[in-house]
Amino acid sequence: MPLLDVRDLSVVFDRKGTRPVKAVDGVSFTVEPGQTVGLVGESGCGKSVTSLAIMGLLPRRGNRVTGEVRFSDVDLLKLRPRELRDWRGRDIGMIFQDPLSSLNPVIPLGVQVAEVLERHQGRTRQAALREAKELLDAVGIPDPQRRLKEFPHQLSGGMRQRALIAIALACKPRLLIADEPTTALDVTIQAQILTLLKELVDNSGTALVMITHDLGVVAGLCDTVNVLYAGKVVERAYRHDLFEDPRHPYTHGLLQSVPRLDVDRGARLHQIRGSVSDNIPWSEGCAFAPRCDRVIDDCIGETVPLEPTRRAGALRCTNPVEREVAV
Amino acid sequence: MSFLVEIDDLKVHFPIKSGLLFDRTVGYVYAVDGVSLKIKRGETYGLVGESGCGKSTLGRGLLRLVEPTHGTITFDGTDVRSLAGERMRLFRRRMQMVFQDPMSSLDPRQSVESLLVEGLKAHDLHKNKADTQQRLRSTLDSVGLPASALNKYPHEFSGGQRQRIGIARALVLGPELIVADEPVSALDVSIQAQVVNLLDDLQESLGLTYLVIAHDLAVIRHISDTIGVMYLGSLVEEASADQLYERPLHPYTRALLSAVPIPDPRVEDRRERMLLVGDLPSPANPPSGCRFRTRCPWSQSRCTEERPSLRTFDDSGQRVACHFAEQILSGELKPHEVRAELVRPDVDTGVGAELIPTRTDLPLP
Repeated sequence: MPLLDVRDLSVVFDRKGTRPVKAVDGVSFTVEPGQTVGLVGESGCGKSVTSLAIMGLLPRRGNRVTGEVRFSDVDLLKLRPRELRDWRGRDIGMIFQDPLSSLNPVIPLGVQVAEVLERHQGRTRQAALREAKELLDAVGIPDPQRRLKEFPHQLSGGMRQRALIAIALACKPRLLIADEPTTALDVTIQAQILTLLKELVDNSGTALVMITHDLGVVAGLCDTVNVLYAGKVVERAYRHDLFEDPRHPYTHGLLQSVPRLDVDRGARLHQIRGSVSDNIPWSEGCAFAPRCDRVIDDCIGETVPLEPTRRAGALRCTNPVEREVAV
Repeated sequence: MSFLVEIDDLKVHFPIKSGLLFDRTVGYVYAVDGVSLKIKRGETYGLVGESGCGKSTLGRGLLRLVEPTHGTITFDGTDVRSLAGERMRLFRRRMQMVFQDPMSSLDPRQSVESLLVEGLKAHDLHKNKADTQQRLRSTLDSVGLPASALNKYPHEFSGGQRQRIGIARALVLGPELIVADEPVSALDVSIQAQVVNLLDDLQESLGLTYLVIAHDLAVIRHISDTIGVMYLGSLVEEASADQLYERPLHPYTRALLSAVPIPDPRVEDRRERMLLVGDLPSPANPPSGCRFRTRCPWSQSRCTEERPSLRTFDDSGQRVACHFAEQILSGELKPHEVRAELVRPDVDTGVGAELIPTRTDLPLP
């Protein structure tokens, strides 16, 4: 049984006086215990909104969330806010992109780590602070005893992100959702944080949902990858399958368009024409059709279903890319 | 081969002020601290480094958008720093800048036409309406925007198109050098390729010289002919794009290259990472000797005492600022453990990094 089973999740931004916008459109995916699943896409594809909807962090006003989010057989969307608060932080941890705005600037770091333990595990402040020190130590923050009394502005970006990871992992959650955890960091710091995340996930058996726009991050970390475009999953595959044999023209195009360090630099980069905003409002049919090189008549007008492919993968395309046969 | 730009021992130091009644200078942030480089006419020079390494300040110092503290800048035989007032202003026509964030570098209340004409007027190139219109249209055409864009405002465009407007604004004056500060990092992956290709095409058709500043090594390697790697205010290595990737000499370059994720699981699984411990030290209080020694797994006692200068390594013209580049390359010098040093981000205290004895079980290279 999967640990997290997201079924047909949709989020509609529906505010007074504006036309409703479908930010997430029927997203389904599962996460097995201990598995690392990637959600990849560009800005506006709905990857962050998906994670916020799973955690119940979207404001109720102005958002319509439908579908099911089953976490160990409990539908999180049906829980009342008070009940959901027991799950968040204890069973599901979350790491956000910008550590400075997710940490409280006027509360010492130690207290911020400790309060999770006090809230969910009923520790006293003293005991929680002792444990907080061990947690900071475990995520590689030097001299944790002194850091406990310090404030977020006294730490560098990489150290703040480590602190955030310590908070998210304090109660040993079964699932960790990381929303662009390294985007605000420099490459060398990014490498540190990714290595740390990988170690922690491997050692504790925590399942990880990794949300990112960076295909390189996914390639080294995730077991299964979901590629999102305009609020829909367009392709899902094991990472080796996805990178070796991308079937959806969008995935294929993305992989072709990033310059790579390990291959000889060609004269020109492959480019995907247009931009995401070209297909707002989402029309019927494939949302990628206006930018697609392989567009055929069937792509326009009819909704393209997500169909299962090889090895637990799935694809939403009427005219997928065929594997290039090596000469 | 002639050099369009020659920078010699450029320094940009920002004073740190403190005091209740009178501002006393209590220290300096050594943003750029002695950089010398040459850019050939028609080539792309890529400047790469992490945030806070001074790469943007160097670009701005070159255009004198910030006034350098020391050093000389020679542009096509003219000593740029000796130009004063009006002469400098008119000289700027030949060197233009493209900024990172197209949303904040374009005035939201100016139409595209007004944005482009402003520069022409400032440089007295706005002679008559018909000529100007012709010039604007051809510029827009060269960056791949329709002429109808002239009457629109920046918010009506997508991110990639806004960056095209930013490029058009620089191009319309017919510059020889374009300094592009993180031209693609604010854009989505699928749009990045469009802008990178556009820069390539423009260079080919107009014979432009670029100084491209970016943190993304893969992008820099793709568009540059020569790459300079910066760390904490100084250039630590310089080589041709292919050479730098094939034979990185400086330990920092090695770490940077190994940190870039590659979108291929087969490569990622086999890769050995050289992880750096700790963070970039404060540029207000840089380490003595080699700036990189606090994070370098090969550092020796000599590195503490003597700051390595950027020297030519061999016939290939590759330059490196490391005392032990030869020994590291041959494997004679073995890497050792490095203790993570805690870095304080609050520059205003002027205290900067302090060394704290700490555990060493962080992942090592």
